[in-house]
Amino acid sequence: MALTGLDIYKLLPKTNCKKCGRPTCLAFAMQLAQKKANLSDCPDVSEEAKKVLGAAAAPPIKLVTVGTGARQVQIGEENVLFRHEEKFYHPTGVAVTIHDDLDEAAFNDRLKKINSLKMARVGTEIEIDLIVIINKSNTADKFADTAKKVSDGSHLNIILSSSSVDNMKAALQKCAEKRPLIHGASAGNCEAMAALAHEKKCPMTIAAQTLEEFVDLAERAKKAGVEEIVLDVSGNNPKEVLQKLTKVRRLALKKNFRDLGFPMITFVNDEDAFQEIALASTYLLKYAGIVAVNVCEPWAIMPLLTARTNIFTDPQKPIQVEPRLYAVGDVKDDSPVLFTTNFSLTYYTVEGEVESSRIPAYILSVDTGGTSVLTAYSGDKLNDKAVAKAMTDAQVDTKVKHKKLIIPGLVAVMSGKLQETLGWEILVGPREASGLPSYLKTVWKS
Amino acid sequence: MEIPNVADKWSGAVNEITLGATKDKGGSRTKTITIGGAKSIPFMDFEGSPGQKPVVAMDVYDVPPEDWPETLSKPFADVLHDPAQWAKKCVEQYGADLICLKLEGIHPDKGNKTAEETATTVKSILAAVGVPLIIWGCEHDEKDNDVMTKVSQAAKGECCLLGVVTQDNYKTLTATCLADGHALITLAPVDINIAKQVNILVSEMDFPLNRIVMFQSTGALGYGLEYTYSIQERERLAALTGDKMMSMPVICDVGHEAWRTKESKSDDKEVPQWGARDERGPMWETITAVSLLQSGVDIIRMSHPKAVAAVKKCIDRLY
Ligand code: SF4
Repeated sequence: MALTGLDIYKLLPKTNCKKCGRPTCLAFAMQLAQKKANLSDCPDVSEEAKKVLGAAAAPPIKLVTVGTGARQVQIGEENVLFRHEEKFYHPTGVAVTIHDDLDEAAFNDRLKKINSLKMARVGTEIEIDLIVIINKSNTADKFADTAKKVSDGSHLNIILSSSSVDNMKAALQKCAEKRPLIHGASAGNCEAMAALAHEKKCPMTIAAQTLEEFVDLAERAKKAGVEEIVLDVSGNNPKEVLQKLTKVRRLALKKNFRDLGFPMITFVNDEDAFQEIALASTYLLKYAGIVAVNVCEPWAIMPLLTARTNIFTDPQKPIQVEPRLYAVGDVKDDSPVLFTTNFSLTYYTVEGEVESSRIPAYILSVDTGGTSVLTAYSGDKLNDKAVAKAMTDAQVDTKVKHKKLIIPGLVAVMSGKLQETLGWEILVGPREASGLPSYLKTVWKS
Repeated sequence: MEIPNVADKWSGAVNEITLGATKDKGGSRTKTITIGGAKSIPFMDFEGSPGQKPVVAMDVYDVPPEDWPETLSKPFADVLHDPAQWAKKCVEQYGADLICLKLEGIHPDKGNKTAEETATTVKSILAAVGVPLIIWGCEHDEKDNDVMTKVSQAAKGECCLLGVVTQDNYKTLTATCLADGHALITLAPVDINIAKQVNILVSEMDFPLNRIVMFQSTGALGYGLEYTYSIQERERLAALTGDKMMSMPVICDVGHEAWRTKESKSDDKEVPQWGARDERGPMWETITAVSLLQSGVDIIRMSHPKAVAAVKKCIDRLY
């Protein structure tokens, strides 16, 4: 909750000395409240005021950075509970675990598999962000050794997981420059872990059972000089985890509760890959900053990453596909050509139906600013000129030897004009994309 | 340190509907299903009753589906030609809470089955299983109006859930449902204002609001899921804040949508890098379902037994 002008005024010297360039302290306070002024303009402001105002200006959920460079993961600094209110800003980091007690072959195998967890789907690359090294061996040597191997052998950001401060120290010696997330602090070792995190300038997690304990631990970590804190909200009871994730997010956003204004990490651990990914997706949608899983199969990771893509999409922006000519299947110069808009939902529905018809075809996605067929037509974004332009841009006449264009049944009224403008024969397709397979099989074939 | 209370106080609730009628209520169901009733954000029972547990309806088709990948048809291979046996298998082996009969074969382009044939199919399913039935038209207005009317009469008194009506085609089915004691699904594709409009139109025909279920059309994971998610989330918030025209329980069509995607459908040979379809497909359906659950869903239509089992287990653990 932002401070009001009056709240701020109470903290100013109230001398109206005008050194800030404003007529009165109150005027200055009002501008501060609207973020139109900078506190440093007032030379006489007290340390106390600086502290309070500085804190109030900070985002309600702290931004935490894990890793360095272009691949670093940033979590936190979210403003809303529901994506339709604004948008979610910092996509949840997806992490996969590796144990430090694997024999060499098994380790190399798994690391290779984890490293290659990237997929191209509908034109975009999606991939995981982090690897969690778990100190299963309980020894410092193996942990440090593994940290080195991962640091050298993976492009992924690192989470070091051990409850032993000594082992953590050993591992940090091998990879601190990668700015790993230190995972392992709880009530018993909080200060020691925090000292390490402070010394190595790394972010750290804290684990606790209750929200009260989280507040206490966060306080202790902050005292030791750590600012980038991540709350480890994990556990065996999914309902409890989900509710805790929601409570912490609400506390930060609705109550401006600074003591828990941190992003969260959730470890999901289930023998059944379906349960593990189902829960990880659930936590990802409802406020986890990082989710860590054990399963490293592409068929499990891909849906998790796709859920992330979907939920972090800006709700204001209709998603669009690139307006161009798409070839579905093994097209030839006598394949049908149909057009639709570049609204992704519309386009993919059409594409799905064409694909299921098993008849290779060209789909021309006409730029309508990402709106559906009817909306675009009524807004005059879909007219004969727009279609003609798309046809020319995509050089459709060089792709097929016939001159027949299938148009969406919903805009059958365009036929006449379109035929005139293009000089192509216009075939009116079905009103719904679901009619395409039978249309292509019957009408087109004949 | 005292932690502030973050439980939201809601003035509204999602309507509760009981589907299926037992003998003493004039039907022949041995089991009824009650949905809706939530007075809190999904799964947040610290702020109010979460309502009834979300349920899974398994899809049964009146004609054998043409384009199902083997992964999906395999579990039903022995029953795909017999909707009644198919329904029985879903209930007895795969734990379906309800059966959703999708009338694909009545569509003029897909078999053009008659109303009489379809009424017989419905009766055979009602005889084969004791759970409540959802009956879903082919979304071809004329044909639906013809077939659904007769189907509704054939199932009179069973308190089925029939759909779908839209703002352009609602009168026939609404009147029939009202006469035969069924509940009704209102469809508005990803549009909250139209959703409200259809509910108003239907209620103006004196159809009781507490016998309506809303359908916003469903975007599969990776194919517009976020649109459905946000619409449903907004509807749930509207219901909780007391908007009577938005207080209906919600149904999603996950099975059909998820199995249309490349990610679940593609053959292992086409996409070796994505892993085996026998896992990949059911997983895609599972994650589509559990994701939408977070936005507020009361009935999920599903297809693959493995996905059904995973989603039901996940619901139990979160509820
Ligand atoms: S410089 Fe500071 S003390 Fe002087 S008028 Fe401005 S706000 Fe007030």
